[in-house]
Amino acid sequence: MNRIHKKLQEDKKLLSIYFTAGYPNLEDTVPIIEQLQKSGVDMLEIGLPFSDPLADGPTIQESSTHALTNGMTTAKLFEQLKDIRKTVNIPLIIMGYFNPMMQYGVEAFCKKCNEIGIDGLIIPDLPVDVYNEEYRSIFEKYNLINVFLITPQTSEDRIRFIDSVSNGFIYMVSSASVTGAKNTFGDAQNQYFERISNMKLKSPQIVGFGISNAETFKAATKYGKGAIIGSAFIKMIKEKGIEGIDDFVKSIRL
Amino acid sequence: MKTYNVNEKGYYGDFGGAYIPEMLYPNVEELRQQYLSIMNEDSFKEEFHQLLKDYVGRPSPLYFAKRMSEKHGAKIYLKREDLNHTGAHKINNTIGQILMAKRLGKNRIIAETGAGQHGVATATVCALMGIDCVVYMGEIDIDRQAPNVARMKMLGAEVRPAKSGSRTLKDATNEAIRDWINNPVDTHYIIGSAIGPHPYPDMVTRFQSIISEEIKWQLKEKEGRENPDYVVACIGGGSNAAGTYYHFLEDEKVGIIAVEAAGKGVDSGESAATSALGKEGIIHGCKTLLMQTGDGQITEPYSISAGLDYPGVGPMHAHLYRSGRGEFFSITDEDAMKAGLELCKTEGIIPAIESSHALAIFHHKKFKKDDVIVINLSGRGDKDLNTYIDYFDL
Repeated sequence: MNRIHKKLQEDKKLLSIYFTAGYPNLEDTVPIIEQLQKSGVDMLEIGLPFSDPLADGPTIQESSTHALTNGMTTAKLFEQLKDIRKTVNIPLIIMGYFNPMMQYGVEAFCKKCNEIGIDGLIIPDLPVDVYNEEYRSIFEKYNLINVFLITPQTSEDRIRFIDSVSNGFIYMVSSASVTGAKNTFGDAQNQYFERISNMKLKSPQIVGFGISNAETFKAATKYGKGAIIGSAFIKMIKEKGIEGIDDFVKSIRL
Repeated sequence: MKTYNVNEKGYYGDFGGAYIPEMLYPNVEELRQQYLSIMNEDSFKEEFHQLLKDYVGRPSPLYFAKRMSEKHGAKIYLKREDLNHTGAHKINNTIGQILMAKRLGKNRIIAETGAGQHGVATATVCALMGIDCVVYMGEIDIDRQAPNVARMKMLGAEVRPAKSGSRTLKDATNEAIRDWINNPVDTHYIIGSAIGPHPYPDMVTRFQSIISEEIKWQLKEKEGRENPDYVVACIGGGSNAAGTYYHFLEDEKVGIIAVEAAGKGVDSGESAATSALGKEGIIHGCKTLLMQTGDGQITEPYSISAGLDYPGVGPMHAHLYRSGRGEFFSITDEDAMKAGLELCKTEGIIPAIESSHALAIFHHKKFKKDDVIVINLSGRGDKDLNTYIDYFDL
């Protein structure tokens, strides 16, 4: 059974953390993962940095540029992660843009993920329609769960379609924005969370974008199965480094 | 049937499509569903053509360049897009897209710009229609292109610096896309070239296709035939080229010549010759040829001409290249600058440096004496005076 499925069955609200691989230092990737597991995080999105991250705000852009300057590459990330399953058992998802995966070779990329023990992928600029027609069989062959996004503007029909193609969870983008843009949730978000919850989708939803502290984590997980923190974590690690991780995680899940 | 046009899924051969984050899907899908029916409305066509005539000053002349023809031993015609309002072909597309935006009920416009030509053309039509306009421009380009920044401000647009990445055109495009993600309901994004997710390349091409539509009847008047032997255009993203080729794509007797910017030389590491240096990949929502590292990171191109300084090429052109339908040339800064000066002295026309690249074709390809060649003179050289002054020490 894929680790993501197993995790989703646990009777708790899941805290997932996104971080950019190779940031702040090239060799921080594995220590960050190990510390996040130790601090009780449920699931990780490992960001494969890209030169032109369209869906990301300034914090993740900067961390990506920095990581690339540090020398991070797809091959380097795979090398760093090659023994990760000896020490880490929480679900690991690689999140990145499609072009670097294409250049590595989509099948070669998926095969490598499978060998390492990666459980899923989030690729914001690979649309569900293209995935479904061209890449789904490759992902399934290597037992990788592909996670799709929905937003407050996504139509009900399309949400149903995305739900039907999904086999793990749905990444519910909290508001119309790039990452790291907003810090609080208003009525509009709460209504949207409730609306989606009432659709009774087969895939659980994990909320991302705009979650930065205990308050927003709580609001996001009132309806959703869990929440993802990205930009706020990157800001923290920039300031405090790996030593700051434990306090940060504890401050989210009081 | 073999075709060089877009198919119903938004692809030109292997290239095109819409590789966009879900956040953009509703906007792009709305446009995809509506653009053709809107463009086919009689009231749309009427308003579009009226503005092209009275405001832009179309048709632009097809000028027989007698002295150039004598010099190079061919019948050379120049399609004078440089005489359009705002000084280049860019306005054809922005007029079309502002009318599209109005019909889609949008009340805010965003655009990206490199040298500022598309930014000025967008600010112009927004002023014309009284619509709010935000133009994203790389921080470095803002410093390099002060007069166009001033023009945009005078026209009432807000110019926002793109401070991420390499702080040039590709980053300005990223910022515009992020703005669109953040403002999904009221905003239309006017992309300036034949790039981006489907339907943009096709929509921009159709608005620019007025160029080849006019060439056909103008050439008929002058030569008694609609089709030249060759059409020639410079390519950055490729909107002027797409418009110049459009009505000749399916007639293989018309040779299609595409001129890219080689910068300091294709192998110099400072180039924008995408067909020669690019590999298949995804940039700004479409699959096309683009300049990138082996690891799939998009690299920064170089050309003396800011309008050709884009790491990708429109998907139509990627297909023309791969299929062999188009003949591609890479022209260095030096050859382009010389060709620009040659046109000044031979015909009394100061071309934009982008267009100078196309003019350099006569030093790189031999034509027959009775070949009829139409070169798209995509823009005028006023904006490039400082570059010309520095380059030739005038």
